[in-house]
Amino acid sequence: MAFNTPADLQYTRTHEWIRIEGDEATVGITDYAQHALGDVVYVDLPEVGARFEADGVFGAVESVKAASDLYLPVAGEIIAINEALVNSPELINKDPYGEGWIVKIRVAPGVGALMSAEAYAAFVESITHQ
Amino acid sequence: MSDRSGLRRTPLYERHLALGARMVGFSGWEMPVQYSGIIDEHRAVREAAGLFDISHMGQVEVHGPDALPFLQHLVTCDVAAIQPGRANYALMCLPNGGIIDDAFIYNLDDYYLVVVNAANTAKDVAWMHECAKDFDVIVVDVSDRTGMLALQGPAAEALLAQVAGADLAALPFHGVARGMVLGIPAIVARTGYTGEDGFELFVAAEDTVRLWDELLDAGRNAGLKPCGLGARDSLRFEACLALYGHEITEETNPYEARLGWVVKLEKGDFIGRDALRRIKQEGVQRRLTGFEMVGRGIARSEYEIRDLEGSPVGRVTSGMPSPTLGKNLGMGYVPVALSTEGSEFDVVVRDRPVRARAVKMPFYRPRYKK
Repeated sequence: MAFNTPADLQYTRTHEWIRIEGDEATVGITDYAQHALGDVVYVDLPEVGARFEADGVFGAVESVKAASDLYLPVAGEIIAINEALVNSPELINKDPYGEGWIVKIRVAPGVGALMSAEAYAAFVESITHQ
Repeated sequence: MSDRSGLRRTPLYERHLALGARMVGFSGWEMPVQYSGIIDEHRAVREAAGLFDISHMGQVEVHGPDALPFLQHLVTCDVAAIQPGRANYALMCLPNGGIIDDAFIYNLDDYYLVVVNAANTAKDVAWMHECAKDFDVIVVDVSDRTGMLALQGPAAEALLAQVAGADLAALPFHGVARGMVLGIPAIVARTGYTGEDGFELFVAAEDTVRLWDELLDAGRNAGLKPCGLGARDSLRFEACLALYGHEITEETNPYEARLGWVVKLEKGDFIGRDALRRIKQEGVQRRLTGFEMVGRGIARSEYEIRDLEGSPVGRVTSGMPSPTLGKNLGMGYVPVALSTEGSEFDVVVRDRPVRARAVKMPFYRPRYKK
C-alpha cells in the first residue's frame, strides 16, 4: 500500500511530520501512522506554553485498541494546539497533513533527527515489507 | 510493524490479505486485527453480523471411558452437568487456585471437545497430558487440522438457517451439534465471545477457506462483515468477558475475577479445590472491578490504579473507549473496599492521575438467545 508523504515536510522515525517556517513549526502524524493506528478516538494534547526537548513526549493519539505517544521532532515551546481535535479526533485520519495537524511550536535552537520525504517513504517501505 | 517472521498462519491468511486486513502478531500467530476498521466491525456485530477467523484457538479432543472423570478432575465446573449436545464455560486451575486457562467444553456424546486460548494451547495440552496419567483417556490436540470461525450478531441465526438449515439454527444457547454447512461437515455450537447471539463453527482445516468465502457471500446482503481481533476484543470487553493474560492469569483466582460461579466445590475432588475452598471461606482481598473514566483519559492494560490518597492499589487489566456505550471504560483489580459501584479511584494515564468511578458489570448486557 502506498502512503501519502508530501515532499515539502520533514519526518521522524516515530511517524511525526514537521513543517518548519522560520522559527515556528507545525507538527502532526503521517498518513502511514494514521493508517497503522486505525480510527483515532482521542488526542491527548499538551498545554500551550509547555516546553519539550527533541523526541520529548508531548501527547498521545489513541484508537480503540491502543495509545501511541507523540514525540516532538525538534525542541520547542507549544504555541498552539489544534482544538478541533478535542471533538473531532477523526480529522487525523481524514486529513493528517492538513486539518489533522496537532500542535504549532516555536522552535528552540538544536537539531532533531529529521528525515526527508524520500528517506521516510523508504523507511516505511522497509518496515511494512519484511 | 513488528517483526512477523516465525509466526504461524491460519488457512485463511491469503484471504485476510486479499480483504485488505491489517495483520499483527498475536500469541504466536499472524492474525487480522481489522479490515474496514474496529468501530465499523464492532457495530456490524452489534447490529447485523460479523465473521471472525479464530482458527488460532486450540482444539483438544478427550476420548476414552474416563473422559468424564478426567475432565471433572481437570476443571472447576461440573462437567457431569454438561449433557450430550451441550457446552459450558470452564476454568483449569493450579493446585493453588491460580487460573491456568479458561476453556469451553463441548459434549459431543462420544467425546468431549475442549477449546482453549491460542496463547496457552501448548501449555494446556502438556498440563492435560500430565493430569491424564491416572485416567483411561486419550487427549488429542487437533488444533492444526481444525479451522474455526465465529459467526456472531443478531443476523447470525437467520444466516445460519439459510446455509445450514433450520435445525442447526434452532440450537439452544450453548447447544452443539454435528451437521452440514454449505455442504461442509461441521460442528456447530451456539457459543461466542461477543455478548451477542451467534455460532462457532469447527471444520477441517482444508474446508476453512471455502466456508469463509461462501459465508461472506451468503451474508453480504444481511450486513455480514469480516471482523478482526480488534473488534473481537472490544466486543468481549463491553460484555466483560475475561481475556486470558489480562483479567485472568496464573496469579489470579476465580473468586477475585468474579468467576466463582464457574467453581463447583461440591462436585467432588478436582485440581485446586482445597485452595479454592479456603479462598472462598477467607474471602478475597481484591476484586475485578469495572469502571468509567470520570476525567479525560483512556485507561489501558497495566496502568496503575491509585486510591484517592495517592497510594498504588492495583492495575488496569483492560481499558478502551467503548464503541457501543461511547464512554471510556476499564476493568482492573482493586481492593474489595473500592470495588463497589460508585467507589472512586484514580487511573494513572501518562504520569497523570485521572479520576475513575466503579460501575456495574457487564457494561453491555449480552443479548443471548436463551
